[in-house]
Amino acid sequence: MVVAIPKPGWAQRIHDIEVGEEIPDWLDHYWVYLIDTTKCIGCGACVRADKRENGVPPMFFRTWVERYQITEDNHVHVDSPDGGYGGFLPEDLAQLLTSAEKDPAGPGRGGGKGKNKVTKGFFVPKMCNHCRNTPCTQVCPVNASYQSPDGVVLVDKTRCIGCSYCVQACPYGSRYIHPEKHTADKCTWCYHRITKGLMPACVTVCPTGARKFGDLKDESSEIKKLLATQRLNVLKPELNTEPFCFYIGLDQSVR
Amino acid sequence: MTYSEYLFPNDMHIYWSLMIVTYPFITGLIAGAFMASALFHVFGLQELKPISRFALLVSLAFMLCATLPLLFHLGHPERALNVVVTPHWHSAMAGFGFIYSFYLVVLTMEIWLSYWEEIVTYGRTSASGMKKTFWRAIALGAGETSDDIKQANKKAIYILGLIGIPSACTLHGYVGFIFGSLKSNPWWSTPLMPQVFLLSAIVSGLALLIVMYVALSSKGYLTWSTKCLKTLCFYLWLAMLFYMISEGLEILFFYYESSDAWFVISTLLFTKLWVSFVVVQIGIGVVVPFTLLSIMLFMKEDQGLYTTMAVIAAATALFEVWMMRWNIVIGGQQFSKSYVGFRSYHPEWLDQEGILTTMGLSLLPFFLLYVLTRILPMREAAEATEEEKPLQSGEPAEQ
Repeated sequence: MVVAIPKPGWAQRIHDIEVGEEIPDWLDHYWVYLIDTTKCIGCGACVRADKRENGVPPMFFRTWVERYQITEDNHVHVDSPDGGYGGFLPEDLAQLLTSAEKDPAGPGRGGGKGKNKVTKGFFVPKMCNHCRNTPCTQVCPVNASYQSPDGVVLVDKTRCIGCSYCVQACPYGSRYIHPEKHTADKCTWCYHRITKGLMPACVTVCPTGARKFGDLKDESSEIKKLLATQRLNVLKPELNTEPFCFYIGLDQSVR
Repeated sequence: MTYSEYLFPNDMHIYWSLMIVTYPFITGLIAGAFMASALFHVFGLQELKPISRFALLVSLAFMLCATLPLLFHLGHPERALNVVVTPHWHSAMAGFGFIYSFYLVVLTMEIWLSYWEEIVTYGRTSASGMKKTFWRAIALGAGETSDDIKQANKKAIYILGLIGIPSACTLHGYVGFIFGSLKSNPWWSTPLMPQVFLLSAIVSGLALLIVMYVALSSKGYLTWSTKCLKTLCFYLWLAMLFYMISEGLEILFFYYESSDAWFVISTLLFTKLWVSFVVVQIGIGVVVPFTLLSIMLFMKEDQGLYTTMAVIAAATALFEVWMMRWNIVIGGQQFSKSYVGFRSYHPEWLDQEGILTTMGLSLLPFFLLYVLTRILPMREAAEATEEEKPLQSGEPAEQ
C-alpha cells in the first residue's frame, strides 16, 4: 500500500511564519492510527481514558467499542452498551443471551445450540477516521472543521456556528454537538498530547496493544512497518473518504 | 447477512429539528410565489395579472423570515454572519448567504419597479410631512412619471424577472443540494434531490397563492378572475405532475438498484415513515390534490364547485409539501449511520426549536405580509375600480 502524504501550500506558508516555540512543528509529522481488532478484548479502558482526558460529556463518545456476535445462520448482533465504557462484562452477555431467547432475531437462541449458535465474536473499537477526503470538513460553512497539516481533523470551537452539517456528513457517527459548548466535537487523536510527544490517551491505556498510533514520517516507527506489512482495511471504503484510521482483521459484517 | 437493530452511540440524537423542516418550507414558498409572478411579468400570462404584484409581496414577506429558523437552530447564532464574512467555499451551505442576498436584492428591485408609479404618486400627493418624506425617500427623489420611464421600468421588470427565475431556482434547488450531496445518508444522497425540492417549491408557492387568492378576492382585496384561478390550478397540476414523477423516480431507482441504501430506505418506509410518508404524504397529500386538479382540467371554472375543489386541492398540496420536508429532514435522521438502527423524533412544545416556535415562525410571514399590504396596495388603482374584463393570453405585460 502506498500512503501519499499531502503537503498543502497554505500549510507551508504557515510553517514559514515564525510563530514561537509553543506552536507545534506540524510539518514534521504525519499521524496515522491502526486498530488490530484481533487483539481487542473489549475492556473499555480506552473509552474511559478518553472520557477522562478530554472531558467527553455523558451519552456522547469520541471513541467507543462495539461487540459483534455472528450466529451460524449469518445473523449479526451488534451492541455497545454505553459505548463500551464499562467493558463487556459476563453479566451483560448473560443478559443478552436471556433477552435473545425472547427475541427470535437475537443470537444464542436455544442456549447456543443449533443454527443460532454464536460462531464468531469480536470487538471493534471505533473513532473519528481522520479521513483524507473528509466529508465533514468539506461541508463546514465557516471552515471551523479543518485538517491540520500533520493529518488530524480538528474543530475550531471559537469559529464553529453549531449548524450540525458536519455531524450529518460524517458517515461514521464520529461527531456530535457538545451539549454545553453547542459546537461540533470529535476525536482529535488527543492533539494536545501528540504535539508534546505523547501518545493519545486511548493508545496509552490499551492493555493488549490493539490500538497503535504513530508518525508516518518517522522511518523507524512501528506503525510504518505494520502499515507496510499487514493486510489492512478501512471502514466504509466504498464512500471514498480515505480514512487514516486503518484496521487489521476487519470483518465484512462491521458497519 | 441479517442484523439486529443497532445504533452508533452518537446517533441517539436528532440534530436537524423542526426548524430545518420549516426553513426549506419557507424558501420553497418564496421560490414558488416568485415563479407565479414571473409567469405574468416574463412570460406574459395575462390571466395571472390579478395576483402578479401580490405574489411578489408574498415572496418578500416569506423572504424576510427565511433566515429565522436557521438562527433558532444554530448553536452559536451570534456567529451566523461568519458564513458570509469568512465562508468556506467548498461547503454547499456557505453559498446560502450569497444566494439569499442576491435574490433579496433582485426581488426588492422588482417590487420597487412594480410599485414605482404608486410610490412617486404617493410622494407627490401625501399631505403630512412624514409620509411625504417617506415616499419621496423610497422614490429616490423622483417626482413625476412619464411614459418613457414607464416603458423603461417595464423592460427592467422583465429583465429582473429573467434574472429572478434562475435565482429563485438556485435558492431552492440549492437547499435540495445541501441534502442531496451528503453521501453519508442514503435517504438524501441522490442527484434528483435539488429537482424534487425545486418542483415541490413551485407546488407550495402556487398552492399558497391559490388559497390566499380565493380568500382575499372573496373579501374584495384582490380582483376576482376565474381565469386567474384556472391558470393557477393548471400550473399547480403541471408542477405536481413533474414533482410526482421526480419523487417516484427517486424511490424507483433506490428499489431497482437494491443496494445497501435500499435496505435502510425500505425499512424506513415500512416502519418509521409508513404513516407520515406513505399514508399522509402520498396517500393524502399527493393523491387527493392531483386527483382533484385532474378532474378540474375538464370542469368549467365558473362553477362554484370548482373554487371549492381548488381550495381543497391547494390546501392539501401545501400540506403535502410540508410533510415532504418533514419526511426528508426528520426521516433522513431516523436511522443510524450503522444503517441497521432506527430512532424516533418527538418535538417539544416549548423547546427553542419546538412546536410553538415553529408555529410562530410560520405565522410571522403572514403578519409581515399584512404590514406590507398596508404600505403597498395589493392591486393597481385602475384594477380596483374596473370590472373584470376578458383577458387574452399573449398580450404584453402591463404595469
